[in-house]
Amino acid sequence: MTEVTFGNTADAALSKPHLHEMLVRMLRIRMFDEWASRVRSEWIKGPLHNSTGQEGEIVGACTAIRRDDYMTGTHRSHGHPIGKGVRLAPLMAELFGKQTGVCQGKGGSMHLADFRAGSLGESAIVGASMPTATGAALSAQLRGTDQVCLCFFGDGAANCGLFHESINLAAIWKLPVIFMCENNGYAICTPFQQTTSVADIATRGSSYGIPGVIVDGQDVLAVHDAVSTAVKRARIGNGPTLVEAKTYRWCDHQEDYNFPSYRREAEVASWKARDPIEIFAAKLRDSGYLTSEELDQARADVQVEVEAALLFAQQSPAPEPGALLAGVFA
Amino acid sequence: MPRMTYSEAVKSAIYDEMRRDPRVFIIGQDAQGIFHSGAIAEFGTQRIRNAPISEGAFVGAGIGAALTGMRPVVELGSSTFLYSAMDQIINQAAKNHYMFGGQASVPLVIRAPALYTISTAAHHSDRPWALFAQSPGLKVVVPTTPYDAKGLIKSAIRDGNPVLCFDDVCLSMHMSEVPEGDYTIPLGLADVKRVGTDLTVVSIADAVHQSLTAAKLLASEKISAEVIDIRTVAPLDRTTILESVTKTGRLIVVDPAPGTCSIASEVAAIVAESALEHLKAPIMRLTAPDVPVPFSPELECLMYPRAERIATAARRTVGYSFVRGKTRYM
Repeated sequence: MTEVTFGNTADAALSKPHLHEMLVRMLRIRMFDEWASRVRSEWIKGPLHNSTGQEGEIVGACTAIRRDDYMTGTHRSHGHPIGKGVRLAPLMAELFGKQTGVCQGKGGSMHLADFRAGSLGESAIVGASMPTATGAALSAQLRGTDQVCLCFFGDGAANCGLFHESINLAAIWKLPVIFMCENNGYAICTPFQQTTSVADIATRGSSYGIPGVIVDGQDVLAVHDAVSTAVKRARIGNGPTLVEAKTYRWCDHQEDYNFPSYRREAEVASWKARDPIEIFAAKLRDSGYLTSEELDQARADVQVEVEAALLFAQQSPAPEPGALLAGVFA
Repeated sequence: MPRMTYSEAVKSAIYDEMRRDPRVFIIGQDAQGIFHSGAIAEFGTQRIRNAPISEGAFVGAGIGAALTGMRPVVELGSSTFLYSAMDQIINQAAKNHYMFGGQASVPLVIRAPALYTISTAAHHSDRPWALFAQSPGLKVVVPTTPYDAKGLIKSAIRDGNPVLCFDDVCLSMHMSEVPEGDYTIPLGLADVKRVGTDLTVVSIADAVHQSLTAAKLLASEKISAEVIDIRTVAPLDRTTILESVTKTGRLIVVDPAPGTCSIASEVAAIVAESALEHLKAPIMRLTAPDVPVPFSPELECLMYPRAERIATAARRTVGYSFVRGKTRYM
């Protein structure tokens, strides 16, 4: 069996179970989003922001940290906790607004969180979880643990004040944060090039004296490498890294919203041709890590998981009316 | 019992808490340079941290640290700097506990001085307690004596929720007896600062002292005013206010903030809804006018309700009578 190696990675080659888990989590994100969209009109109110096409950068980053490490995210919220290993059923129930949801139905699609898995919450305000991530890293530093915080944000956030404030703060205090930019090229319909002064957000790292790394977001292993290097640096006290994953969402900004045409068909097609799941699966097959049968089995297993999550969400009770006024204060 | 100023009492509370709880630390603008310079030797620069002028990032870092087990005290140079961190305070700190279904709490104290009356003009002189009282999940405290400040700030630091603590700059050099030992004052409890029978004066911040001065004047005229210090704006202590008005039958609310949608308005509404049958005269609100604070000292000094104005209003309220459908002031 050929060993899969990952460029200049900080880690030794990944084990087969680790690689399998990466694939499973990518499949979970894909199918979770697909099924949520499919049942949306009947079961889910409010917006759904899917990550279809971005599974590589999410899982590559999430599997480069430990379960006790922290993570913050964005309104494109489902993929991050799934990537961090959170169970699907409470996440789906949250999308449905049910009592059994991970946030008891009070957060919904854009505000998923599972603190048991280190998922400190997704924020639907662009850029707003960057200070939270910085603070979680400060907390780890003050408590003397070697935990890190993985901070997902989009290309749109790179023009928010909080992006600059947070990276500067993390840099001066040498905080263990990985600033993980998911550059999918568009802020809703507005192309990245129209709003951003640089071609690569990663170059902004140099403004704050920290490394900036560009990585192919469709290549889960490349992302895993880049983030692993950043994590290693963070754990030994050398501070934050800015990682920019070039990626693309196949879907629109949100589901079932009548957006005008804003992307060329050829552009969408070229990115769809670089499906992060297919790229990874091919690599695993070619290197002998996974047979086609095992891949089919993984798909089937995840399908069962997602269907069980849907059933759980459908059958779960709505929150009791009393929950409306409960839990404002701790 | 030692006497100390309001500022000394605040420091005493924070340092006591830092000694008893290693999770408590300070992030502040120029914290090492000005307010806490005398405590660096004891606590070091890790626990008393200078922040860059990045209110969003360092308030948000406080949130992230609080979500992960620390108890930060975050200090801003002026109440108006809170606006630069508005999203972090209102969207993140206040909502996280509820929105994430009670999974985590945000035990964060934010301190901000209200710098009015000292010619700091429009950009440094706001009294925005009502603005933040509109934010469910946030507690808002405005102490008025050194004794209260120590007890309330200790409670704020031990509370499981975000607590915004305004320090009225008019009171910085006020002296009173403050016990050396540990004591707390519960959040959400108003204080009857002077007992009276003819009218209730509900006040906030320095207006409490103006009301007490007015009450002394009135006493010489055989008018007995009860003065209530709101102390905690959110949650507001309805019980103490309603009990007092039920007894006296007359209410003046004094608030140095602009009147529209103010705490004075809220207190007036509570009494109008719940104690109308006890009222012998219309409720009066004495507030600042709805204008930005002007620089000119001659103009600014006209803004805030002073003792003489409170006394005049009290005489008018006490002289009011309601006869056969016709109302008149004596």
